[in-house]
Amino acid sequence: MDLTTTYLGLNLKNPIVPSASPMSKSVGSVRLMEDYGASAVVLYSIFEEQIRHETKELHHHLTQHADSFAEATSYFPEAHEYHSGPDEYLEHIRKLKESVSIPVIGSINGVTDGGWVEYAKLIEQAGADALELNVYYIPTDTALSSDAIEQSYFDIVKDVRTQVKIPVAVKLSPFFTSIPNVAKRLDTMGVNGLVLFNRFYQPDINLDTLHVEPGVVLSSSDALRLPLRWIAILHKKVKADLAATTGVHTAEDVLKLTMAGANVTMMCSALLRHGARKIREVLTGVQQWMVEHEYSSLNDMRGSMSHASVADPSSFERANYMKALQSYM
Amino acid sequence: MNNDTVTKRAMVTIDGNEAAAFVAHKTNEVIAIYPITPSSNMGEWCDQWSSEGKKNIWGTVPVVVEMQSEGGAAGAVHGSLQTGSLTTTFTASQGLLLMIPNMFKIAGELTSTVIHVSARSIAAQGLSIFGDHSDVMATRTTGFAMLCSHNVQEVMDFALIAQAATLEARVPFLHFFDGFRTSHEVMKIEELAVEDIQAMMDTELINAHRKRGLTPDNPMMRGTAQNPDVYFQGRETVNPFYAKTPEIVQKWMDRFAAVVGRQYRLFDYYGAPDAERVIVLMGSGSETVHETVEALLEKDEKVGVLKVRLFRPFSVKHFINALPKSVKTIAVLDRTKEPGGAGEPMYQDVITALHEAAAAGELPFAAMPRVFGGRYGLSSKEFTPAMVKAVFDEAAKTAPKNHFTVGITDDLSHTSLAVDASFTTEKPDVIRSLFFGLGADGTVGANKNSIKIIGEETPFYGQGYFVYDSKKSGSTTTSHLRFGPRPIRSTYLITQANFVAVHQWPFLEKIDMLTPLVTGGTVLINSPFPADRVWDNLPLAVQRQILEKKAKLYVIDGSAVAQKTGMGGRVNTIMQTCFFAISGVLPKDEAVAAIKQSIKKTYGKKGEDIVKMNYAAVDATIEHLFEVQYPNELTSTIQLPPVVPDHAPDFIKSVTAKMIAGKGDDITVAQMPCDGTYPVGTTMWEKRNIAAEIPTWDPEWCIQCGKCALVCPHATIRIKVYDTTLTQKAPGAFKHMPYKGNEYKGQAYTIQVAPEDCTGCGICVEVCPAKNKRETKYKALNMQPQPPLRDQERANWDYFLTIPEVDRRTVDVKSIKGSQFLQPLFEFSGACTGCGETPYVKLVSQLFGDRTIVANATGCSSIYGGNLPTTPWTKNAEGRGVAWANSLFEDNAEFGFGFRLSMDKQTEYARELLIHLIPQLGEEFVNEMLASTQNDEAEIMAQRERVARLKEQLKGTRTPEAQHLYEIADALVKKSVWIMGGDGWAYDIGYGGLDHVIASGRNVNILVLDTEVYSNTGGQMSKATPRGAVAKFAAGGKPAGKKDLGLMAMSYGNAYVAQVAMGANDLHTVRTFLEAEAFEGPSLIIAYSHCIAHGINMKQGMNIQKAAVDSGYWPLYRYNPNLTKDGKNPFQLDSKAPKMKFEEFAYNEIRYKMLTKMAPEKAKRFLREAQDDIMKRWRFYENLAAMNYAQQPAPTV
Repeated sequence: MDLTTTYLGLNLKNPIVPSASPMSKSVGSVRLMEDYGASAVVLYSIFEEQIRHETKELHHHLTQHADSFAEATSYFPEAHEYHSGPDEYLEHIRKLKESVSIPVIGSINGVTDGGWVEYAKLIEQAGADALELNVYYIPTDTALSSDAIEQSYFDIVKDVRTQVKIPVAVKLSPFFTSIPNVAKRLDTMGVNGLVLFNRFYQPDINLDTLHVEPGVVLSSSDALRLPLRWIAILHKKVKADLAATTGVHTAEDVLKLTMAGANVTMMCSALLRHGARKIREVLTGVQQWMVEHEYSSLNDMRGSMSHASVADPSSFERANYMKALQSYM
Repeated sequence: MNNDTVTKRAMVTIDGNEAAAFVAHKTNEVIAIYPITPSSNMGEWCDQWSSEGKKNIWGTVPVVVEMQSEGGAAGAVHGSLQTGSLTTTFTASQGLLLMIPNMFKIAGELTSTVIHVSARSIAAQGLSIFGDHSDVMATRTTGFAMLCSHNVQEVMDFALIAQAATLEARVPFLHFFDGFRTSHEVMKIEELAVEDIQAMMDTELINAHRKRGLTPDNPMMRGTAQNPDVYFQGRETVNPFYAKTPEIVQKWMDRFAAVVGRQYRLFDYYGAPDAERVIVLMGSGSETVHETVEALLEKDEKVGVLKVRLFRPFSVKHFINALPKSVKTIAVLDRTKEPGGAGEPMYQDVITALHEAAAAGELPFAAMPRVFGGRYGLSSKEFTPAMVKAVFDEAAKTAPKNHFTVGITDDLSHTSLAVDASFTTEKPDVIRSLFFGLGADGTVGANKNSIKIIGEETPFYGQGYFVYDSKKSGSTTTSHLRFGPRPIRSTYLITQANFVAVHQWPFLEKIDMLTPLVTGGTVLINSPFPADRVWDNLPLAVQRQILEKKAKLYVIDGSAVAQKTGMGGRVNTIMQTCFFAISGVLPKDEAVAAIKQSIKKTYGKKGEDIVKMNYAAVDATIEHLFEVQYPNELTSTIQLPPVVPDHAPDFIKSVTAKMIAGKGDDITVAQMPCDGTYPVGTTMWEKRNIAAEIPTWDPEWCIQCGKCALVCPHATIRIKVYDTTLTQKAPGAFKHMPYKGNEYKGQAYTIQVAPEDCTGCGICVEVCPAKNKRETKYKALNMQPQPPLRDQERANWDYFLTIPEVDRRTVDVKSIKGSQFLQPLFEFSGACTGCGETPYVKLVSQLFGDRTIVANATGCSSIYGGNLPTTPWTKNAEGRGVAWANSLFEDNAEFGFGFRLSMDKQTEYARELLIHLIPQLGEEFVNEMLASTQNDEAEIMAQRERVARLKEQLKGTRTPEAQHLYEIADALVKKSVWIMGGDGWAYDIGYGGLDHVIASGRNVNILVLDTEVYSNTGGQMSKATPRGAVAKFAAGGKPAGKKDLGLMAMSYGNAYVAQVAMGANDLHTVRTFLEAEAFEGPSLIIAYSHCIAHGINMKQGMNIQKAAVDSGYWPLYRYNPNLTKDGKNPFQLDSKAPKMKFEEFAYNEIRYKMLTKMAPEKAKRFLREAQDDIMKRWRFYENLAAMNYAQQPAPTV
């Protein structure tokens, strides 16, 4: 049974790749995911904003009350050195490369132009096999056009693509007016993979405290329909590999997304819920299904149900009326 | 051999503490320490260097251990020495006194060691953290040799000379220098090279020291008990060692000169070879005398100074030989006071030396010199060339005033010398600069960097001395910087400045900063007004000074540049750049490059972002700096407000106001209380106006919960409920609303802020639960800029104070709302903005304040509670309030216990007298008094009325019993004794006493304000510090868990014990305080107190307290022994099981989080262990709480 696939130029033994999540924060946990069959791992994102915040926070608290009172010229011991900035993340990559044999994909969530490139280079130097750019912007300014936002994406990607040699994937937001257009333009810049889609934190209102509480709700299989559509549409329209990253919970989900055209199917919520062993369960299910349905290779089915390959491509294009129209016809 | 040519020594710009610590760390193996101002930094340096793996000259890293007290440190030093290790410690003041018992032992056993002391005043009529020789003089009888350094260079040099000498002499050494003036003065000095130190350390002497150590391999014993037959002889055995010591010290001074090139003598004379008048003194003051002598020699005056280096053993021979043969009059200056003595210590030594020499026929002078002595410089009192001149002038008189004082005006005993303040020795080639800043704006740090830059980039010598005010919030700092072509000896503040920098615009209306400016000097102001508008916005007095002095005026909107470049409120780098740009100490480009290099060095390890942010501030500064072309006329209408209002009491106007205005030096002796007794309630006169924003009340949404007033650390938000008619005369902007409850139905309700006392912490707004329902970003309290509200709210506050307080008898004190109707008798303290301790302290004052006496351990609470000029404990309209005293750090439990013993005795005696006087007073009346339980406010007030009646009756009775009872009748009203202090006191230095007082069963209330570090001295580890938290002396995170003080107290079974956290459960806190006070026996409350030493946003303090409880880190509980009487479990666990991870609480705080940046793996391990601690303790407490006390098993024995 051939489950192999390629993603970002990496030959993978199967399409199950744990996506960026807290599960990649410890070497032991990544090793466990490898043992259960993960073919590569996307690390949790390095958050430039958080790093900058923590650096300034540390500086603020260490200096704020110093030299203010005769009896206490400071309130903390002076450290010989600080592991400030991305040191911990980079060290984690190095340790993972020594500990696991599957490819390790670094992930960046930057905020400044310089930050994206700086961290991309550091992650490359630390030994990551590839890089995922977690780019998003939530516009609140009514004067900001979609063109301007898209251009900022392109600028970031172009900068990073020209500065690092390792493969680069871009994790996309589903909220573009024309996803195919954005995807194509990124593709033209030499992006090696597109990851569909970023699941944003969603705000909620706590009625007791009247606080807005951003949070993330773990996905279910239903959520795969969003990436399913766009992967199916983008398949063969872009050279970049396609990764599905929402709603992958079962073997059936993997099969559907592969048929839509995904090179890899990334898991997160299912692993957080059930643990790393879920990977083996899904892989076993995929193999069983393939045996039962007489597929010998995933590559055979990849894209078989894509927009380009299905008999009725309009089924991917319609939103609400498809069934009614079909019935009528 | 002078190997100066081969040994390359660095020039460094450091303070005296660092200089001493440098040598101590290089020449010792074991260092046992305990924090005390101003010596704490020496231990901190050593701890830091050892934690960085820095080695001593023998290639091993010294072990640095913090002990529970200076007594403990001395014990550890003694033990370490007795087993052969090179050992040292650092201390000052009361700490040195605690070492005295061991010092006798160490000296009696002829043990080589050096104790480094930054000499400080001893607490007498008041505590002082500042410098004089009272502490070291108290150790004269211990047998320690005493070597005094006079400046920062000497501190480094003498630390080494002392170490070398003690090894040969076997006499232990006290190496001391003046606290603050030398310990904290930053100077450019030559750092000793390792080769220098090695050349001074004699291996054979070290081996001999080791061989004297106790070991089972060659057993000996020391510490025998000796009897009348031999003790005396044994005591005399040491004489030969002391006899040799002066020569040994001189030998090592000579050796040092050969190695390093600086020659010192036991007594160093400077002055005219034919001097007739000589001042003898030691310490930093000798530098000022030296400078003055230099100036007087230019006028051909025959004067000189004899600087005393080795004070003990006092070598008569060396002393006599060091004096010029021509001397006729000797003035001896002592920086200490020995009340009742024939004279101060050095004066007596000089007299003795001269007379002994004369008796031996060895006096080299034509005639016996005349000797007179005086005191100067106590508690870092200024000692200036003008004062030195006054002493020399006095010496020229035919009958100099003996036992004089200089530097004060003594209109009581008339000891003081008149001083001509216009006399100065400042040289024109020395640049003198004054910088006025806020603690929080980084001014001092920037100036320390400036001195380093000038020290390293120019041939100039630099000196920096920093003065802080006595408040912990909104504190003002004044930096005194001198730069010149020669080493600077001016150990006094700058009074003639070429450059004055005003880093905070509001200071212009509060502080006289331009009086020290010389004519033609430069003024730099951080101004919110542009150059073309600044003139008209200056106060009139400032304009006048600028015009009169023809000053150059520069302005920059430093705060705007800081905001723009991400520096927040820190204008340090910006103002530092301005100083260099204007002063021309360095060419501008070189200065900018040097500042940037310094920024890289200072902040580089914290991350490139911080460096870039400061670089941006430097780059943006020059373009925003402008010289002001001001008109030659006064245009301002802004007058400086009076320091205190006219209606203030006389003492406040004549004494306190001077201290507030920074003119405390002008207060005369007769104006000061003779016994350290001061009026209460003085903070109300000091309107500090330090808040940028204050809370404003929106009654529309207020639910009248009272939480805002409860949590206010400074008692600046108050609540009253009152008759609605009182609103009619209120100012127009005065806010009120109908009271919502039934108990005061129909009355008006007001929440009012004291706008000029509020520190703007915002905690009240954070805890306010009432949101504006139309716009949830607003609440019933909202922060608004203070300046536009100041006048309006001042009028409202003044009116609010005229509204009568709520009758305490009507208040439901068990509720938050009710408790906050009670007047706080602790207000407007100088505690930190957002302090976590003071809400508890204030609560005590509200609940019990009119019958409370407080014993306060030294520490934060004694400083914000008792530091002059103004103090926060106060009284109510009836004149009753909190009586407060601070004894020491270590004895506070015992001190408060003494209150209780005394009061109980007085009550007992009063009751006995009542019974005795039944025939006169009537049985019914006496029985009423005796039977009064005074369990609530109504009963207490009733008893007070009875006592008033009793006193009226006794007035007419002349019997001794009646008169005695009249004097102590107030003891018949219940008094509440509160023993307060921090964790350093309760867990460490004062634990023995605390434990004993709890065991005693007496009715005292102990409040531990647990910040989990020594907050007052800068965040050193205590036994309350939790596992994994970073603190000084626990730079790698504290490896051990926190001591469970509550559990230890519970083990007696007779004490009420509770743990509270106001931010987690305020009602629990209030009820616990009431229960604890009502408990007829010892009660111990351990109160979680967030602190600046935790590295948190103080506004979030109460929320962080909640997280501490929610994570299970700080369980709330009460242990009430009374419950066992009803067969109930005395232990009640009052908080719920942990519902969040420890990490979620801990990583709100830099004290935990910084370890993840310093040692990530260790931080993870500590986090796991700390989580484990929590769960284990929680299970233990759960089991305790679940124990069934109703069915006690019958004893089986």
